Amino acid sequence: MAKKLKKENTEFTDFAVTARKYKTLLTKKYENRKVWTNPSPYLIQSYIPGTIIELFVKEGDIVKEGEQLLILEAMKMQNRVQMPFTAKIKKINIQVGDRIPKDTTLIELDPVE
Amino acid sequence: MTLKKNILALRQKKAIVEKGGGEKAIEKQVAMGKMTARERILSLLDADSFHEYDLFVEHEERNFGMDRKELPGDGVITGTGTINGAPVCIYAQDFTVMGGSLGLKHARKITKIMDHALKMKIPCIGINDSGGARIQEGIGALAGYGEIFYRNTMASGVIPQISVILGPCAGGAVYSPALTDFVFVVENISKMFITGPNVIETVLGEKISQEDLGGARVHAEITGNAHFYALSEMECLDQIKELISLIPHSNRQKAAHVEPKAPKFRKNIENIIPSDPKQPYDVREIIYALADDSKFLEVQELWAPNIVIGFGRLNGDTVGFVANQPLYLAGVLDCDASDKAARFIRYCDAFNIPIVTLEDMPGYLPGVDQEHAGVIRHGAKMLYAYSEATVPKITVILRKAYGGGYIAMNSRHLGADFMFAWPSAEIAVMGPEGAANIIFRKEIMEAEDEDAMRQQKVQEYIEKFANPYVAAAKGYIDAVIEPLETRELLLHALGVSKHKDDYRPIKKHGIPPF
Repeated sequence: MAKKLKKENTEFTDFAVTARKYKTLLTKKYENRKVWTNPSPYLIQSYIPGTIIELFVKEGDIVKEGEQLLILEAMKMQNRVQMPFTAKIKKINIQVGDRIPKDTTLIELDPVE
Repeated sequence: MTLKKNILALRQKKAIVEKGGGEKAIEKQVAMGKMTARERILSLLDADSFHEYDLFVEHEERNFGMDRKELPGDGVITGTGTINGAPVCIYAQDFTVMGGSLGLKHARKITKIMDHALKMKIPCIGINDSGGARIQEGIGALAGYGEIFYRNTMASGVIPQISVILGPCAGGAVYSPALTDFVFVVENISKMFITGPNVIETVLGEKISQEDLGGARVHAEITGNAHFYALSEMECLDQIKELISLIPHSNRQKAAHVEPKAPKFRKNIENIIPSDPKQPYDVREIIYALADDSKFLEVQELWAPNIVIGFGRLNGDTVGFVANQPLYLAGVLDCDASDKAARFIRYCDAFNIPIVTLEDMPGYLPGVDQEHAGVIRHGAKMLYAYSEATVPKITVILRKAYGGGYIAMNSRHLGADFMFAWPSAEIAVMGPEGAANIIFRKEIMEAEDEDAMRQQKVQEYIEKFANPYVAAAKGYIDAVIEPLETRELLLHALGVSKHKDDYRPIKKHGIPPF
């Protein structure tokens, strides 16, 4: 079994653990890990994969907090996505009928004065 | 005369059922590069040792035309036999009979052989090759799965349970393997998933092949669901035989003692570890240098390779090795490594297998992804598993033992019976650079040449604390030993702890951080 790990001709990477850097190999899983980014409140993202079955707003609309933006059907449930705070619709990245994965940016917002 | 006729009739009847789904279906199975269920059992067990039960069981479904359908053995072969003389219970789903689909009677054959294994206190091996629930039987099939899961749970920690995935294993079917101790997979043949590519494509529009979604390599490397990965069915069966030779028949037994053999690994154990603590090496070489005949059966080799686990023998008796692997991710502990080691420690503890821990790790892996993935909860599993274990627990600190990782890796404080350290050991609250930065922050900041001062302070810290003697002075380490003495001391420690008796408070069960 030990043969299956690629060992020959591999170059070691510098890998920082606290203040010291170690020479080591990385795993595929580590290299493919998702790098964290600070989530923006002005991006409406899908929290579950599914299908857009209704869209209630258009670009340029000023929508009040709590009003409906769209319906995202996932796992046979129709999820109503609401406006988190009053803002202007800057850009809509989806159309009715789109099947979208998790964490897709659906709608981008602009603040209103 | 009549008896003779009856005997002939029996033989005929058996021959028909033993053919399973018949020539055509067998041809298809072979074309897929797979052995038949019967071939698998016969290749795994000792010659002529297999005895089949319930050959003539028939299904009782009457709907959807099933009343006119004959399913030989109801799609599963069950029985008992031996592997290198060790008795086992075994079942193998027969894909040539209605795709190996699981109906109620099929499941009841499996639960019967499981009950038998649990009563006889011998291992139970399940070979999975099934399209899933037999839809025509509806809820009867679901009942069957549930009854299997219940028995998997009852038998857990009492008898070894082994799952071999030699075909599809989808939906509810995957949960029986997940509940068992060891899962074996074979490249291109094994497929495991809860929802298959078709459902994923319909719901999400994501296209993925069965192999990429839940093939052997995926489960061996990414998910950690598989413990042994092979390139062919024959290699897989050999792995099972080797594993069976290393583990006891039940939790009331010890693993079989074999003739002790000296390690045959040629490299001097003193030359394996680089003197620079930042340089990697393959910790398995240390295991080869210590284990009988240098033999080591690694478990979950490809998943979380930053920790190495597996079985070997010392003085003819099986031990479980847990070793940090500086070759990968500097040997840090992370979510997966903690999960992997903790479960293995609990396995060893349940089956009376002493644990030898080889330590060289810089601590837990820092990162948002780790914290958000629950490294606290996963990391705690290791503390729990080591503390809970009552089998002999021996630790050898090879090099770095920093911080929380030092505590987690079977420290004296978690109940280690023997703590040895090589002179190269650095037992400290953290690496010298980090510690110096914190302790001497003021001095460093006020110095004219900050870097020079930092270097000086790091050096001071290394000299004073990056060694085994601070811990040895407090009795946290029993002995600082020379690498060449290690094997002898391990044999000595195992000899001393042969009759170890350790108690835990009476409870129904603990609440480990699952």
